[in-house]
Amino acid sequence: MSENLAQDFAVTREKLLKVYPTKAARKRAKHMVLNDPDPETMPEIEANVRTIPGIITQRGCTYAGCKGVVVGPIRDIVNITHGPIGCGFYSWLTRRNQTKPIDDNDYNLMNYCFSTDMQEDDIVFGGEKKLRQAVREAYEIFKPKAIGIFSTCPVGLIGDDVHAVAREMKEELGINVFGFSCEGYKGVSQSAGHHIANNQMFKHVIGLDDTVRDSKYKINLLGEYNIGGDAFEIERILEKCGIDLIATFSGNSSYDYFANAHTADLNCIMCHRSINYVADMMEIKYGIPWIKVNFIGAEATAKSLRKIAQYFGDPELKERVEKVIAEEMPEVEKHRADARTRCEGKTVMLFVGGSRAHHYQDLFAELGMRTIAAGYEFAHRDDYEGRRVLPTIKIDADSRNIEELTVEPDPERYRYRKTEAEVAELKAQGFEFRDYEGMMAQMAKGTLVIDDISHYEMEKLIAYHKPDIFCAGIKEKYVIQKMGVPCKQLHSYDYSGPYAGFKGAINFYRDIDRLVNSKIWGYIQAPWEKNPELIATYVK
Amino acid sequence: MNIRELPTREVTINACKLCNPLGASLVFRGIEGAVPLLHGSQGCATYIRRYLISHFKEPIDIASSNFSESSTIFGGGPKLKQALKNVIDQYQPTFIGIATTCLSETIGDDLQLILDEFNREYRAPGKPLLVTVSTPSYQGSHIDGFHDTVRAVIEQVATGGPKKNMVSIFPGMVSAADLRLLKEVLTDFGLDFLVLPDYSETMDGGMWDTYQKIAPGGASVDKIRAAGRSKAVIQLGRTVRKQQNAAEYLKERFGVESYQLGLPVGIRETDRLMQTLAVITGNDIPQKYQEERGRLIDAYVDAHKYLFGKKAAIYGEPDLVLGIAIFLAEVGVVPVICATGARTGKLGDELRCLLPELEGEITVAEGIDFDDIRTLVERVQPDLLIGNSKGYPLSRQSGIPLIRVGFPIHDRIGGQRILHLGYRGTQHLFDQIVNELIRARQDRSPIGWSYM
Repeated sequence: MSENLAQDFAVTREKLLKVYPTKAARKRAKHMVLNDPDPETMPEIEANVRTIPGIITQRGCTYAGCKGVVVGPIRDIVNITHGPIGCGFYSWLTRRNQTKPIDDNDYNLMNYCFSTDMQEDDIVFGGEKKLRQAVREAYEIFKPKAIGIFSTCPVGLIGDDVHAVAREMKEELGINVFGFSCEGYKGVSQSAGHHIANNQMFKHVIGLDDTVRDSKYKINLLGEYNIGGDAFEIERILEKCGIDLIATFSGNSSYDYFANAHTADLNCIMCHRSINYVADMMEIKYGIPWIKVNFIGAEATAKSLRKIAQYFGDPELKERVEKVIAEEMPEVEKHRADARTRCEGKTVMLFVGGSRAHHYQDLFAELGMRTIAAGYEFAHRDDYEGRRVLPTIKIDADSRNIEELTVEPDPERYRYRKTEAEVAELKAQGFEFRDYEGMMAQMAKGTLVIDDISHYEMEKLIAYHKPDIFCAGIKEKYVIQKMGVPCKQLHSYDYSGPYAGFKGAINFYRDIDRLVNSKIWGYIQAPWEKNPELIATYVK
Repeated sequence: MNIRELPTREVTINACKLCNPLGASLVFRGIEGAVPLLHGSQGCATYIRRYLISHFKEPIDIASSNFSESSTIFGGGPKLKQALKNVIDQYQPTFIGIATTCLSETIGDDLQLILDEFNREYRAPGKPLLVTVSTPSYQGSHIDGFHDTVRAVIEQVATGGPKKNMVSIFPGMVSAADLRLLKEVLTDFGLDFLVLPDYSETMDGGMWDTYQKIAPGGASVDKIRAAGRSKAVIQLGRTVRKQQNAAEYLKERFGVESYQLGLPVGIRETDRLMQTLAVITGNDIPQKYQEERGRLIDAYVDAHKYLFGKKAAIYGEPDLVLGIAIFLAEVGVVPVICATGARTGKLGDELRCLLPELEGEITVAEGIDFDDIRTLVERVQPDLLIGNSKGYPLSRQSGIPLIRVGFPIHDRIGGQRILHLGYRGTQHLFDQIVNELIRARQDRSPIGWSYM
């Protein structure tokens, strides 16, 4: 990172803050830091606190994180939104998570949006009766394996007890029915909803099916939502390596996989932010260790596969993993080298999600593109600075609001998957359990990190620094493009993908190459705007 | 006319309507220099932004008062006031449109009281105009939010005075291309006008040379003020109820001559609009439109044989459904299903009154969801589906072609530029419909004729 850019960013930071009233400026200042990757001198960034009212945020709500992100992609659960119609409608197939039913008899309920469509009378007199009936009807029509009930804002206020309704209906219908108190206002962002979803899936589903599959290397993949088919590519690679994927939370998943997930021997975490809670709880209750992996980027994929092989320690697996990497990489290399000739040296800004702004830096680095500014939408300090800061994170009213489950080892089913000696040996090899070093450790010194970037700040940042590409979501996409900068949507991939794994990396190189080198940007200024005198000469 | 009973189910499966504050946000963004602000949880603003953006493919900023758990107990007043201050400081808007949500409505926040406090406390110069509307999503649908907001803006901003040579028109929830067409028509009649809302530029603009805090365009506040002095006012949409009809308000409050017309889709309804404008202005219908009408009739003649006796299912916003049904009936297509998720109570009566010859052939359904639309479609087996992107799964499953109109269109590009209105919009719809039917027949043919 050049000294100049660091200085420019310092100036930009001051300019961005100047527009706010004093109090708001003081608050926002803590969310904007100039990076230092050295853990000793890394600055502290404020994250996971309430967005200031009137500051237009990228963030969604608790309901969005719970129903929309974590539970939504499970294909055979009927998800009923208990509330007025908007919330259900807006979360209806808008995340592009894909699913592949195993055969024609398998369920695919992802095309459906179930809602109680509460009306004024329900708000005044209570909606429990309507909810009960809705659950019965949904069961009668679809005979699903399970039904989830999701609370929206007014439900919490009028005091409908979705959990009591769930218990009654479970009794009456004889299938699993569970509720989520994920009212939109509960947390600071969708992050609270992830936590609530983790808790309820842990309480009500994980551990229901003790069947142990006859296979050698059983893992779960946590926090992979199969946007644009990412999970399909990861499944392909794992299968090729002979690794048995018990469950993915929750891309291309079934209720049954969740019920059986506790029989795996390793939890691999993709999106740390949305799913680390359940990994911790499964480790305590069932003795399954977890590690952080990343399948975004060909190098990162190879590294993650090696890490899994190292965990199992079986030379046969290690050999097979190496063989797969050796088979896959030449094709990747070919495309990478070609795209790199046109992409190298270009600059990137990423403001998106709770893990994507970090993971995609690997892919851009493979193209020789530099990430100069980044930030998350709803992550916490540990996702920026690493889990080492966990003990120092302040617990505020909003975090206290979300239930922390007290988990104990299961008297019968707890079995730590590694002996103390094995753990010690792995650690001696530099193997990290339960660790995530965060985004800032990977970013260059002097780059700009902004948490929960506001719409206004983003527009200013683009106007001042004109990156070669800006990655965000659909809400940001069109304003970025209006300013003449290409935008890559990293929530939905602009209808493209997959970007995970080896084949995904090739797709990404191709897409980014097209974006940053497209001719269209050259037409923005009309010839007579570029060179008025010349035109006048021609006309004469 | 078979008026179908509302679904007896309690569970809504794949709704055919969106929520109230979405309509409000879109109306506010059709006003120059305006920022919409939703009083409630931040999720509402985010969801509605992303939904409008995915249709219009344009940015839209919607602020929120970002309720926390404590706001739900102690009221959202302080948060709303803070939000207003921050929006003013960042954007310097000339107008802030504040819409409520189910959250602030359920706890019963008194917006007027909060704004009175704000007005007393906030003394800095350049304070924008603040307009409020009540849009709890447990009432009505996005269409109700849309009409209620237009009416609220007019009620709170329009003033009276000597009449001007100006016409106000409230078009309802139409596309950006439709708004441009209406403005062109009014200009060609030599009129000064207000179109409210006008998001033809704000939600379908060009590239920016320099950074724009608020996308340029929109109905100007001065024009909205002058609405009470219009020589005439037109509310488009026959199903718009009296209490949400802003034209009706201007008539009662300021004595403005008021008309309520159908959306100008098809020959008959477009003729009515043209004739009304001719009466209001005393001018002839411009030659350009007479020519457009001529070309449209010519096309009707050329293609009626491909259409006659075909059946269509239409769903979506009630007035668009009605407009398209009237147009289809003109060209011999029977609108066998006319469905909307909204509840106007008027769609059936209007159809009966306008298309008496089709009595018994049309099933009308209000408050319906897509699962019930599917049941109707399976029973009636139409040749075409006409409506928004949400009907795509049904089209895919049934193999019935879908013509995309209305809102939301998020599986195609250009939803904001679909022209539905006027002779020109009808021409566009007509060509598309005929060609789609020909395509379906061509694809089914064992030979694959490429010559008609």
